[in-house]
Amino acid sequence: MTRLNLVEAINLALKQEMKKDKSVVLIGEDIGEDGGVFRVTDGLAKLYGNERVMDSPLAESGIVGTSIGMAIAGLKPVAEMQFEGFIMPALDQLINHASRIRNRSRGRFTCPLVVRCPTGGGIKALEHHSDSPETYLIHTPGLKVVMPSTPYDAKGLLISSIRDPDPVIFFEPKKVYRAIKQEVPEEEYLIPIGKAKIVKEGSDVTLITWGSLVKTSLEAVQHISDINVEVIDLRSLSPLDTSTILNSVKKTGKVVIVQEAPKTLGFSSEIIAIINEKALYSLEAPIERVTGYDVVIPLPKNEDLYLPSQEKIIKAVEKVTKNAI
Amino acid sequence: MEKVIEKFSVKYLQILNENGSCDDNLKPSLTNKEIKKMYELMILTRAFDEKALKLQRQGRLGTFASIKGQEACQIPSAIQFLKEDLVVPAFREHGLYITLGLPIEMLFQSWSGDERGMKMPDKVNILPISIPVGSHPLHAVGAAMAFKLQKKKSVAITFFGDGATSEGDFHEAMNFAGVYKAPVVFFCQNNQFAISTPIKEQTASSTLAQKAIAYGFEGIQVDGNDVFAVYKATKDALQKARNGKGPTFIECFTYRMADHTTSDDASKYRKDSEVKKWEIKDPILRLKKYMIKKNIFSEQFELETKRNAEQKVEEAVKKAEAIPKEKAEEMFNYTYEKLTPELKEQKENVRNENK
Repeated sequence: MTRLNLVEAINLALKQEMKKDKSVVLIGEDIGEDGGVFRVTDGLAKLYGNERVMDSPLAESGIVGTSIGMAIAGLKPVAEMQFEGFIMPALDQLINHASRIRNRSRGRFTCPLVVRCPTGGGIKALEHHSDSPETYLIHTPGLKVVMPSTPYDAKGLLISSIRDPDPVIFFEPKKVYRAIKQEVPEEEYLIPIGKAKIVKEGSDVTLITWGSLVKTSLEAVQHISDINVEVIDLRSLSPLDTSTILNSVKKTGKVVIVQEAPKTLGFSSEIIAIINEKALYSLEAPIERVTGYDVVIPLPKNEDLYLPSQEKIIKAVEKVTKNAI
Repeated sequence: MEKVIEKFSVKYLQILNENGSCDDNLKPSLTNKEIKKMYELMILTRAFDEKALKLQRQGRLGTFASIKGQEACQIPSAIQFLKEDLVVPAFREHGLYITLGLPIEMLFQSWSGDERGMKMPDKVNILPISIPVGSHPLHAVGAAMAFKLQKKKSVAITFFGDGATSEGDFHEAMNFAGVYKAPVVFFCQNNQFAISTPIKEQTASSTLAQKAIAYGFEGIQVDGNDVFAVYKATKDALQKARNGKGPTFIECFTYRMADHTTSDDASKYRKDSEVKKWEIKDPILRLKKYMIKKNIFSEQFELETKRNAEQKVEEAVKKAEAIPKEKAEEMFNYTYEKLTPELKEQKENVRNENK
């Protein structure tokens, strides 16, 4: 077993799946010789050739649109979006086509493609390099959306995504691309899509989060000695592991949701709605949310003012505890 | 220093003119039987089209886009596609579906608003209709890239209209096709209108074919009402693609004889006299003139062909209208291969509500 960071773990998953299955191909901007701007595909073009690791023209809709065609024709394309701000031109292809081809053809044609996309802020980057656009995709029937927060999960979840018969958006929280090193087995293993993970057990408060904020939240709750917080890493946003959430809520009666995207209609809104529908009477206090604000995430000098911080998380946990009836 | 570093020219191809006179040097080799087959398929497509318009007016069909006038853009090409090829159409491509073997009742079923009509039989490799204009050629290019990688001889053929050539995705498709030298044929049916917008307001290019040149491959304009020109251009393009020589763009210059769809009224934006001018260029009439000249046409053949077509269409309507409405819970079954827990619950709720 080797200690790998998230970038290396994703690279390993791609390398192994490409070796195992010749129909797996990669396409994206600068992903060949250059290995992608984050070096996620480093060395793969050399191993598998430019035919299977395709440097594409600079056109995101083209990358996803041609990937749809490849998927229909029997390949398993893994497309890379360079930054989440640039996935926007491809939303037409994802929302109008990739997600609908199975339904439109009543299962005669399918679209097993993966779109890998870095996401989130906290890396001191330019505009359009720090957004959290997951809601647009979660809202689309026919797409699956996952976001691992650790190298171990990234490898297993990417392999599941590549083997999934439906289109999967694989978000990579770039703030933790190199921030976490973990033992990642060389051997094959799968993390199923649709299963959350309790990353810290607790009995007083349920903290639900995903992406790079899993790390922030785990660090935050270490500073709270008198409240026993259970931390859930969703990992899979669509489909959502509702039962893990509800079981925890029924146990603790108090919920904090931590989300980097803007507040309004962020994924936390849906989680709250589900808890209200199915576990309202277990709640002992109003649900607390720590989210981005309904503004464009500020440029690097001020992004810390926007991002959910350890302090904000600690405050929310304390508040929900204090408010409990 | 200043010098010309690039020049371009665009070919135009017409083999059969409005009078039914044929340029025998250019005419593709086709047996009389094959020519008759094309005629029959065009008549069948038109019979379908006329019936669909009637049904729509009677409230028995949803919004419908008529193909009238564009039959020769589709049938002479579709009869040449192989089973392993993939066809990626827009939404005015009834001639393709009929030629490639989608049962006509399914076409009616689809236009009546039932997804089941677009579930192609196993050997019919044409995608369901695609509504967002210009977004689907990318799928053909991707499929063609796959065929190349898989070392198959298959070709992807995509059909779209003049309006599509203004969309960004169309240009991305053309660019990817050129860069990857993909075995794809772009089939542009320039019927001169995108709903009400005439071609002159759509582009400043004098032809659509020349757009291909900017992407590094050949574009040709053909008379889209001439079965032989369309047949030949398609044949050449398919052969080129199968031989690893990359993409071709075929602009079929034609005319949309009907309204954009049944929700449109073309008399608001174009003159009847203009439509009349195109009536004499009708692709079916033109082929008939040719066949008469070549003594392979008789009144009896014409009557039988029309009667057969109408009969097929009537039977298809009967079959389509006899199909029972789908159960509500069926709508959940095609979003993912397997139901997600959330969809399972929603499906269960719908089932209970309808009990």
